Amino acid sequence: MRVPVSWLRSLVPGLTAPAEEIAGALVRLGLEVEQVHRVGHDISGVVVGEVLDVEELTGYKKPVRFCHVSVAPAGAPSRIHEVVCGATNFAPGDRVAFATPGAVLPGDFRIATRQTYGRTSDGMICSGAELGASEESGGILVLAPDAPLGADVVELLALRDEVLDIAVTPDRGYQLSVRGVARETATAFGLPLADPALAEAPAPDAGGHPVVLAAADCDRFVARVVHGFDPTATSPAWLQRRLLLAGMRPVSLAVDVTNAVMLELGQPLHAYDRAALSGAIVVREAEPGERLRTLDGQERTLAGGELLITDDSGPIGLAGVMGGGPTEITATTTEILLEAAHFSPTSIARTARRHRLPSEASRRYERGVDPALPSAAAEAAVRLLVELGGATAGAVTDLGTSAAAPVLALPLDAAGRLAGRDYAPDVVRRRLEDVGCAVTGTDPLQVVPPSWRPDLTGTAELIEEVLRLEGYDTIPVVLPRAPAGRGLTPQQRLRRTASRALAATGLVEVVLPPFVTPEVLDVLGGGMQAPRLLNPLSAQEALLRPTLLPGLLGAAVRNVSRGLPDVAIFETGHVFIGAGTSVPAPGVSGPPTPEQRAELDAALPRQPRHVGVVLAGRRASWQAAISAVADLGLALGLVVEPRAVAHGPFHPGRSAELLLGGRRVGVAGELHPRVIAALGLPARSCAAEANLDLLVETAAAAGPPPAPLVSHFPPANVDIAVVVDEVVPAADVEAALRDGAGPLLEAIALFDVYTGPQVGPGRRSLAYALRLRAPDRTLTDADVLAARDAAVAEAGRRTGAALRS
Amino acid sequence: MSGPDEPAVPNASESPAGLAVADLAAAQEQGLAGFEAATTLDALAAARTGHLGDRSPLARARKAIGSLPGPQKADAGKRVNAVAGALQAVYDRRRGELERERDERVLVEEAVDVTVVPSRPLGGRHPLTTLSERVVDVFVAMGWELAEGPELEHEWFNFDALNFLPDHPARQMQDTLFVEPEGSGLLLRTHTSPVQVRSMLDRRPPIHVVCPGRVYRADALDATHSPVFAQVEGLCIDEGITMAHLRGTLDHLASALFDEGSGEGLTTRIRPNYFPFTEPSAEIDLQCFACRGASAVEGAEPCRVCSSEGWIEWGGCGMVNPAVLVAGGIDPERYSGFAFGMGLDRALMFRHGITDIRDFYEGDQRFTLALGREA
Ligand SMILES: [Zn+2]
Repeated sequence: MRVPVSWLRSLVPGLTAPAEEIAGALVRLGLEVEQVHRVGHDISGVVVGEVLDVEELTGYKKPVRFCHVSVAPAGAPSRIHEVVCGATNFAPGDRVAFATPGAVLPGDFRIATRQTYGRTSDGMICSGAELGASEESGGILVLAPDAPLGADVVELLALRDEVLDIAVTPDRGYQLSVRGVARETATAFGLPLADPALAEAPAPDAGGHPVVLAAADCDRFVARVVHGFDPTATSPAWLQRRLLLAGMRPVSLAVDVTNAVMLELGQPLHAYDRAALSGAIVVREAEPGERLRTLDGQERTLAGGELLITDDSGPIGLAGVMGGGPTEITATTTEILLEAAHFSPTSIARTARRHRLPSEASRRYERGVDPALPSAAAEAAVRLLVELGGATAGAVTDLGTSAAAPVLALPLDAAGRLAGRDYAPDVVRRRLEDVGCAVTGTDPLQVVPPSWRPDLTGTAELIEEVLRLEGYDTIPVVLPRAPAGRGLTPQQRLRRTASRALAATGLVEVVLPPFVTPEVLDVLGGGMQAPRLLNPLSAQEALLRPTLLPGLLGAAVRNVSRGLPDVAIFETGHVFIGAGTSVPAPGVSGPPTPEQRAELDAALPRQPRHVGVVLAGRRASWQAAISAVADLGLALGLVVEPRAVAHGPFHPGRSAELLLGGRRVGVAGELHPRVIAALGLPARSCAAEANLDLLVETAAAAGPPPAPLVSHFPPANVDIAVVVDEVVPAADVEAALRDGAGPLLEAIALFDVYTGPQVGPGRRSLAYALRLRAPDRTLTDADVLAARDAAVAEAGRRTGAALRS
Repeated sequence: MSGPDEPAVPNASESPAGLAVADLAAAQEQGLAGFEAATTLDALAAARTGHLGDRSPLARARKAIGSLPGPQKADAGKRVNAVAGALQAVYDRRRGELERERDERVLVEEAVDVTVVPSRPLGGRHPLTTLSERVVDVFVAMGWELAEGPELEHEWFNFDALNFLPDHPARQMQDTLFVEPEGSGLLLRTHTSPVQVRSMLDRRPPIHVVCPGRVYRADALDATHSPVFAQVEGLCIDEGITMAHLRGTLDHLASALFDEGSGEGLTTRIRPNYFPFTEPSAEIDLQCFACRGASAVEGAEPCRVCSSEGWIEWGGCGMVNPAVLVAGGIDPERYSGFAFGMGLDRALMFRHGITDIRDFYEGDQRFTLALGREA
């Protein structure tokens, strides 16, 4: 909402504070004043001119006009400028804002005589935007025909002003009016408000335009007939200026009047060409498939349920959103029907959203318009049409009543109890009255909120008004005392351990958006069911990641392309698996039942936390990929073991599934050359992914580990080399040696792998170092030999291993 | 063997070869000279062979003792031993000297360029992770709990229970990413507040929970917007909780996070605003940790952190709306509470001077390595 400070001052007599001070005071009350625009302070040399003639220059890509403009007052010596202009919304005879050579426009834009399009341009015809009077350029600013030639436009339009640009929160519809902002300003400065909504309207009479309310979402409808409007009458400069400063473009007197009243009071108005209406106005809900051409020229098909203004011809307007084309005011309209109504906020919000049609009217209705306003607002508009348009006021239709405001009981100490400080009873009462409440009673206070504050629905809202008007800075600062806590849960601690352990092994953590394309999932092997977004930011990335790999692989490619060829990255985060289901949402008048709660949770796809790793360049090796998860397991006190398996995106001979107690927790290895080629990764890139939740839960459930037997007796070290078939996994051999060696075995490590002529084709030699130790004695040669023979025997039994001779 | 150091035997008339007093004196003198002249351990070893070895004059003299008549043997033996002892002592001293020289030379020769240090590839944690943990630690230290919840949520938790009425414009304020099936109400949470709702349903008051996490909005990615970002929220519900407690908690968090060691503390200020789930609601401004507000005075040194405003927009907060307590199964007549939330990305941006939010989510290793230090 753009509020010209001059307009504000007209509603708060006695307000002399400078604009910056007003803005500061409003900010303290909670209005979001985003900016204070200073308008017209840096303009000079712009005068009223009359367009004498227009020549359309042809042969250019865009319309170009060559005009003569006179800026001399009648009787004065002729002062005619030739000028080239790109706008087309003016005609000979129009009075315009003309920047003469030497003029200065906002932004220190100096106007000079120049050659362009093969002509001399000796000045400039200005738009509202060029004068800093409006946000968007709606073409040339056409002035009132009685604007005196040669007069200073800044003076004439009183363009020097400040404009407060206020972002209005959804609960505070009243601030979408100068009246609403003026009320807050008056409170802030302790000044009286000259409420412009007090105009008394004549009583409804039988001769009013017939109106039928046939929808519950319209509870008030005022229709005013205006006769004999002079369609040639134009908006006076003060009216144009107010609209321009508030960010709206002057259109025609009738439309300008409805807009100005809306800006001042917050009540949207609509003016119909009464001659174009046929029969009674009926307010009803749309049938599916009905059609309407709105003011913006769009032909719209209705979904059904939209609130409509109709007459015998069918829909003539989307109520509270936008009027229809065929009944709009034209250059020949003399009979006007003014509508000022009150509609349900949710109905208007739905319609505006469905038809993507946010309008000045719908913005106000969906935030709640004062239901007591229609009559006064219509009266204000009628008076302006009579005064400025030579019209006479006709009959009055006024249907419906708004629901009575609730009476809220507010305990006198409620505000103090919530704030943590005391407020005197008269302060509470006065602050409620400042916002317009009627306050009676002593304790509790009986509070009737004003009609323009539909947001005041409970004591919490009333308390907020007291606290905010008294100032949040008067609330004390006290640290609350929580009961002694237990710290993080074991799972939360273990997740931190996991994150630190991954970084400690040289991996760099990244955080990536979870949006992926179906194509990349296909490249990774397909078969994954991922939830789909209904309104994705990019049509391609419409799925939620069922695996961390797409994001990590993309990040790896990005690093490489930025000249960082050696990549070692990890991410921990949720993945999304499967599809959600529809369940009815419970109400909010209490907590959901346990059944409803279970149903809600069951409707969500599974979202386990995963850990993913990608290695590329010199950091890439299938071993490193597997150890990334195995080492993570060790950090969590878990033994994660690889087992060869061909899996989707991986090289079938260089990847493993990762087992935790026989249960699969992840996969790791070198990526399939096909994946590497498809994604543009460096050759031999590697990856790993594991279910972090499963690792953490297993670790948390393991409980405290038993103490190790720290024997002080000397160890016996023995090396065993066995020969096995090449296809026998070393892990199997090791497990057999371990089991065979028995309880004396303290540690075992593979230290050499040999293939070659000494062991023959298809075979390999695996050499292990075993450390044996007894808890209670020094081992004898016999002990060591027995353990060694048992280990070799077991390996032979399980894997066909033979002692290498 | 004969070498340059082998002595001549000049005095053979009186005693057998080499045993004459003059011979022994010559052997001693030549030996001493030989040892002193050796400048390397190898040369010293050669000299030892020449003067103390099996075929040295001294050894020959020792052999000759056997041929002497009995009474002279002891005397000759003494003399030979005396010479041998003297030579051995000099040899030992000289060897010690040369070994020390060698050891020192080796140390000099082994000197390296200590500035050539191949670094082990470093890992690091993302700054969002470390900051999130820091915030959590501040609250856990006060006895609060860390609460978590799903990122793909049902709108009942994300909107309904938080007093976002259907069709209310507030529901559109947060550009929501919805999830199939259409009409299911499934969405990517737009804030971590659903975790607050779950906390109310899962716990009985007093409730003190802090909820960090990733949240989503349908914002196209640019320098200042990201469809995914990180938030932390807090919720405190108990009997007698006031807005003063909210202010106290915010000031404490501000000091704990941004008052890097000065000990003076940092303050926050709150300004009225609107959120459906709190009433009253407020914006949180953080006193600028760089200039502490000094830059906001006219004529003062400008501050880049706060654009010389003196304050930094930090987040939102308020007293929990009674309607939210009701949906969470908590009696609003008995309990009150406050909630607050702020963006972690935003906090990092103003703390480190990050100008492009995309840097957080592109996975560039340089970003993490520069900012992901533990703190
Ligand atoms: Zn600063």
